[in-house]
Amino acid sequence: MGQTLSVRKLEAWYGPNKTLKGINMEIEANHVTAIIGPSGCGKSTFVRCINRMHETLPGTKVIGEIILDGESIYDQDPVALRKTVGMVFQKPNPFPSMSIFENVVAGVRLNGQRNKQNLQAIAERSLRMAALWDEVKDRLNYSGISLSGGQQQRLCIARALAVEPAVLLMDEPASALDPIATTHIEELIRQLRDNYTILIVTHNMQQAARIADSTAFFLNGELVEHGATSEIFTNPKDKRTEDYITGRFG
Amino acid sequence: MKEYIRKYKNWLMLSIFVAATIIALVPLFGVLGYVLKNGLGALNIQFFTNLPKAMGLSGGGMANAIVGTLIMVLIASLIGIPVGILAGIYLTEYDRHSWFSTAVRFATDVLTGIPSIIVGIVIYTAVVLKMGNFSALAGGLALAIIMIPLIIRSTEEMLKLVSHSIREAGYALGISKGKTILKIVLPTAAKGIITGAMLAIARVSGETAPLLFTALGNQYWARSLNEPIASLPVQIFQYATSPYKEWHQLAWAGSLVLILMIIIINLAARFAFRSRHS
Ligand SMILES: Nc1ncnc2c1ncn2[C@@H]1O[C@H](COP(=O)(O)OP(=O)(O)OP(=O)(O)O)[C@@H](O)[C@H]1O
Ligand SMILES: [Mg+2]
Repeated sequence: MGQTLSVRKLEAWYGPNKTLKGINMEIEANHVTAIIGPSGCGKSTFVRCINRMHETLPGTKVIGEIILDGESIYDQDPVALRKTVGMVFQKPNPFPSMSIFENVVAGVRLNGQRNKQNLQAIAERSLRMAALWDEVKDRLNYSGISLSGGQQQRLCIARALAVEPAVLLMDEPASALDPIATTHIEELIRQLRDNYTILIVTHNMQQAARIADSTAFFLNGELVEHGATSEIFTNPKDKRTEDYITGRFG
Repeated sequence: MKEYIRKYKNWLMLSIFVAATIIALVPLFGVLGYVLKNGLGALNIQFFTNLPKAMGLSGGGMANAIVGTLIMVLIASLIGIPVGILAGIYLTEYDRHSWFSTAVRFATDVLTGIPSIIVGIVIYTAVVLKMGNFSALAGGLALAIIMIPLIIRSTEEMLKLVSHSIREAGYALGISKGKTILKIVLPTAAKGIITGAMLAIARVSGETAPLLFTALGNQYWARSLNEPIASLPVQIFQYATSPYKEWHQLAWAGSLVLILMIIIINLAARFAFRSRHS
């Protein structure tokens, strides 16, 4: 089941540069929330704060609160947190030294699951959820990087799902993919929606309109507007949102 | 007309490149050919099974030198490979930017460029004089010191080739940093790291200068690691500079064996680690 996230006065820094300037945002469980905004406005930074990946870079700093299911993420061990908050990156990044099977179960196996049958079951379930099972079931021990780009991305999604997170962060997961692979991923996101909290960064506004229940517009490190996707796209309250959506800037 | 000039220029450039390549290749094949020609004749079973004989007697071999080289390269590898790889991991994964790692990196570069005879002198003073005798241990240690910076550097280079996104993917799955490095980053770089280690082995197995006053040499079998021991390069040096024709022959045979050893290690380094997945 998904978990709610509530972000309070979040500020994030790269050295002296304040990249997020006090974000307040409620993210609903079992919902797809899209984040849109021009390049460099801080979308990736925001998403990377939620699984505490931002702070792994040298010279970075975070101020503020992120409450996940009633508990501050900063009170948790970041390594443990990342099992609850999974992430899919913009560019598919399967582990090159591992087979398809090993890639999918990497998270659970390196965290102690050794039982062959369990691993097998986890791999099949995750690959089915990522709509990749039928394409790879006969070559599970081929290298993960032998797959096409779109398949690799679904492999990465399966790998994230195998850990059974409650929240799934996706930073432009389809931007490196062709339209068919993109359609696959979008269908997949719609199916996952009922059981996860999904936060997806996208540059593609049609995509946001197709898959997101709610949409948030970021600009220069601030959250300008956040509301139901239909509202944001048809009846934005803020002039800047309207300008961005109608293509007047960004 | 213009086209003609361009073609002429192209042709000129190409001939210069070809000429330079030929100039580079001539000595290379010259050395190989010369050693083959002189060494093959002297190479026989006795060379591999017999000890050196007194001058004038035929049928001497370099069995002890071959074994001596293998032993010292083994000692050097046992010390140099783990130390070099672990240090390389530390410098790339745990401490890439501090003044300490910058200093270590600089020192490694300097050490790589230092003539190997200096390593020999240092070990001679620090180990041989203290222990009171030349030994396989001292020789192996000298070779290890030459290996370590090479392996640190190659390990670092290979780890740097592993994209940061692979590490982030590991962290994002809730895998700890240590496990990410051990189970994800290292296997990704493993082939390159092993290749680097093997090239370092190849490199030190022909070293002569650092062994001259650490292992010294021995006409007989060494009975322990704590006494002077023969090695191929030193034996070649001694035989080649002697006035006896038979010994010159043996030196050529020894050179051939040494070159073959190094070629085999190089080939193994390159071809042993073909992709495990289809
Ligand atoms: N590692 C970093 N070091 C320093 N500054 C960074 C780093 N990563 C991002 N920034 C800066 O932070 C700001 C926000 O970057 P971020 O990657 O969050 O933008 P984004 O909205 O995801 O953009 P895009 O749509 O292009 O992916 C940018 O000005 C960027 O230059
Ligand atoms: Mg981004």
